[in-house]
Amino acid sequence: MSVVLEVDDLSVSYGSIVAVRNINLEVHSGEVVGLIGPNGAGKTSTLGAISGLLKPSSGTIKFNGDTVTGKPPDAMLRSGLALVPEHRRLFGDLTVRENLLVGGVSVSAKDRERRIAEAYELFPILEEKADVRSGFLSGGQAQQLAIGRALMSNPDLILMDEPSLGLAPTLVDVVFELIEQLRSEGRTLLIVEQNATRMLNAADRAYVMRSGGIAVSGTGEELRSRADIFDEFVGNS
Amino acid sequence: MTSEIIQQLADGLGRGSEFALIALGIAVIFGVMNLVNFAHGELITVSAYIAFFLFSQNLSWWFIAPAVIVTSIVVSLGIEFAAFRWVRGASQFTQMLTSFGVHFASQALFIMYVSASFRSFDRPTWVANTVEFAGIRFEVIDLGIIGVTIVALAGTWFVLNRTLFGISMQAAAEDFDAARLMGIRSDRVIRGAFLLAGALAGIAAVFVLMRTGRADPTAGLTPLLNGVLAALIGGLGSLSGAVIGGLALGLIEVLLIANLPSGLVGLTNGFVFVLIALLFVFRPGGLFGVEHAERV
Repeated sequence: MSVVLEVDDLSVSYGSIVAVRNINLEVHSGEVVGLIGPNGAGKTSTLGAISGLLKPSSGTIKFNGDTVTGKPPDAMLRSGLALVPEHRRLFGDLTVRENLLVGGVSVSAKDRERRIAEAYELFPILEEKADVRSGFLSGGQAQQLAIGRALMSNPDLILMDEPSLGLAPTLVDVVFELIEQLRSEGRTLLIVEQNATRMLNAADRAYVMRSGGIAVSGTGEELRSRADIFDEFVGNS
Repeated sequence: MTSEIIQQLADGLGRGSEFALIALGIAVIFGVMNLVNFAHGELITVSAYIAFFLFSQNLSWWFIAPAVIVTSIVVSLGIEFAAFRWVRGASQFTQMLTSFGVHFASQALFIMYVSASFRSFDRPTWVANTVEFAGIRFEVIDLGIIGVTIVALAGTWFVLNRTLFGISMQAAAEDFDAARLMGIRSDRVIRGAFLLAGALAGIAAVFVLMRTGRADPTAGLTPLLNGVLAALIGGLGSLSGAVIGGLALGLIEVLLIANLPSGLVGLTNGFVFVLIALLFVFRPGGLFGVEHAERV
């Protein structure tokens, strides 16, 4: 499997506060990779730097072999990297269809319409709610729209930040079913998730972050089987 | 009595339409940059001098009017290019200071290199004309402004709601970072906002200049203040609120001027501010105050 994302010695700081400290990680084509850890471990800052929302203070990010460190988010998306942000950040005043259109702003008009049709096929509820403002969607519907919107650019890598955050347990099941669905399509995913148990079940590999660094990494199965690591670094999340 | 009120309403809507066009431009830029652009009035000031120059070349208003709109667009884009793009990402306070800087620099340049006193030019002859419908007399310019404003607002609505560019601009107005994550180029959206705001200010400038027939270094100040007030009344961040705020401000001004006792007419602006203060006591966010921009 080819390496899609390669992060070397990445650090992210907010003024004098170091949020991410010299981390290294890789994501291969077709993999589902989890980034787990307690609150404040630096997971979201890591995704922020990879997606271009935050400027790294040091280190390099390579995407599909090209160095993309410090590129702005719109350029990252055009390179083939899409982020489903924390809390989804849908455009609440725009309809479901308009949100999808915005997600496809980087592709041709013909491809845009084709991908909207594909999104409706993947998530039929989105077609039903096409003319509804996204601010009125339920949590599960909103998450489907957030993922559908990210798929509009047909990215090589999808980053997801806390996709199950704030959702009722039944909707968390829906989110992990969606992740499974994307995996079965051969999509490459890097997912930040606090629900470590569910994430380790869903992921091919995972990195456990603590205090801004990578504490340990391995396959989902390895990390699940090592109760010592799990309890120490992840807790009961 | 009824006919008088209808006349006053038409007059108020005419005046309010100017405010609405300026306020909508201010709201569009606020939506994208979170900035109250105090340099917006300079579009009218520069347009006024261009109108004066073109008039001195014996050109007619049929030529001057589109030239004023084009000037306003070019100046708007020029201000974005020369000033705001260098402080993009800076704090709101820095950006607001930049807008004040542009405003004062423009005034100083006109005073130093043109003149501190005003230059006048002829207004179109039909400006003072009136037409009568059902026994009620309307000023032609009020009807013209109302008609053009309706077309301009309809065009703005179409651009914002029926084109990918407009939808992208709304998305950026609601959540700029999320829009960038979707691949929307921030430069293009900001330039688009300044272009749209420039076009709307240009249309307003045509009517302001047709009414006043003069150019001076502070020509854009009063329209700017009225536009900012209108945007505040409607609720900063609300595009529809900006339009309604403009119309409301125009109507209040005209109704007060027409109905206050003659000894108090000079205090019209004071009464307007008291009413606005009362509005903010009960609705601090304005009539349509929202946490983020909404569609027209």
